[in-house]
Amino acid sequence: MEFVDYYNILGVDKKATEDDIKKAYRKLARKLHPDLNPNDKDAHKKFQQVNEANEVLSDAEKRKKYDQYGKDWQHADQFEQQRQQQRQSQNQGGHSFSGDTDGDFSGFFESMFGGAGRSRQTKFRGQDYNAELKLGLTDALETHQQTLTVNGKNIRITIPAGIENGQIIKLKSHGAPGVNGGPAGDLFITFVVGTHPGFKRMGNDLHTHAVIDLYTAMLGGETTIDTLKGKVKLKVNAETQFGTKIRLKGKGFPVYKKEGEFGDLYVTYDIKLPFNLTEKQKTLFTELSQLK
Amino acid sequence: MPTTHLIAANEFCIYHNIELSFIYSLQQSGLITGIVVEEKLFVEESELPQLEKLVRLYHEMDINLEGIETITYLLQRMHDMQRQITALENKLQMYENE
Repeated sequence: MEFVDYYNILGVDKKATEDDIKKAYRKLARKLHPDLNPNDKDAHKKFQQVNEANEVLSDAEKRKKYDQYGKDWQHADQFEQQRQQQRQSQNQGGHSFSGDTDGDFSGFFESMFGGAGRSRQTKFRGQDYNAELKLGLTDALETHQQTLTVNGKNIRITIPAGIENGQIIKLKSHGAPGVNGGPAGDLFITFVVGTHPGFKRMGNDLHTHAVIDLYTAMLGGETTIDTLKGKVKLKVNAETQFGTKIRLKGKGFPVYKKEGEFGDLYVTYDIKLPFNLTEKQKTLFTELSQLK
Repeated sequence: MPTTHLIAANEFCIYHNIELSFIYSLQQSGLITGIVVEEKLFVEESELPQLEKLVRLYHEMDINLEGIETITYLLQRMHDMQRQITALENKLQMYENE
């Protein structure tokens, strides 16, 4: 466990007054506070350090202990024994952060001051949790349930069909418990819906390619294509051009939270030209070319 | 009107040790909706996280009301832009690996 230089974190020197520390903390809080940096894990982490530094340096007793034993934190127990012989400690009154960030203190802090870093009696809403859930494209086709483990607790959630990549669902009161009996925070789940080698999704529509041979393209016929829900037989019009796009209504992705509604499937035809031609084929193609 | 999902502003102020006038200022500047029932100010439960955030900005970071208004506006813009980026990323997938 490494020594943490709280003065350095707040950018103040060891002679800093209570007011200097408060000002330094507020300045850094305005820059790094999670409320102002949503989804910025780096800022959250830095703010956690700033908050911890403030927790110690804004509290006269903790600061004294830190100044005396900071670098020799392993011997802080001796200080504790001395402290117990002294009078009951005065009330603590630092500005401690209460919001949606990781509330954990560093191992160094826990070692010196124990887990009870905060002493306020005000009721506060617990921190919000953020989680990411990865799904395959086909997983998002059907409404289904999944069990998530968040901070050791199993939560069973229903994932509606048609959920989009990047969509966020809020699970009320599944965040951290409130402080001093305040309400629990919320859990925000961001869905990361993967891609599929055969299909591209755009909103509720799906796009795919189908390969047909030259003769079917020229003369018309039938072809069978894969959809995400099985095979579909298609009629190919005569003289179909390369890149022709057709729409299969209702064969796309389910519309989020609208049961029975689906987007469309767009099929683009790729035409496969014959190769390794026989002599007869060459002759016939030559004849054909002369008919132009 | 049912008041089961409404939180009395004065109770909120007692819990958070803040002045009721601050909640009125937030309401007047449109940062929270607030509902007046029988001359008492209430906030909807769904607005609590936002309200607590505003309290933190005001008290813990010492940001004044004008600053809070600006920050709220910019955060909303950031949120909208993030949504646009996600939508564009999803569209871009159409053209990747072609």
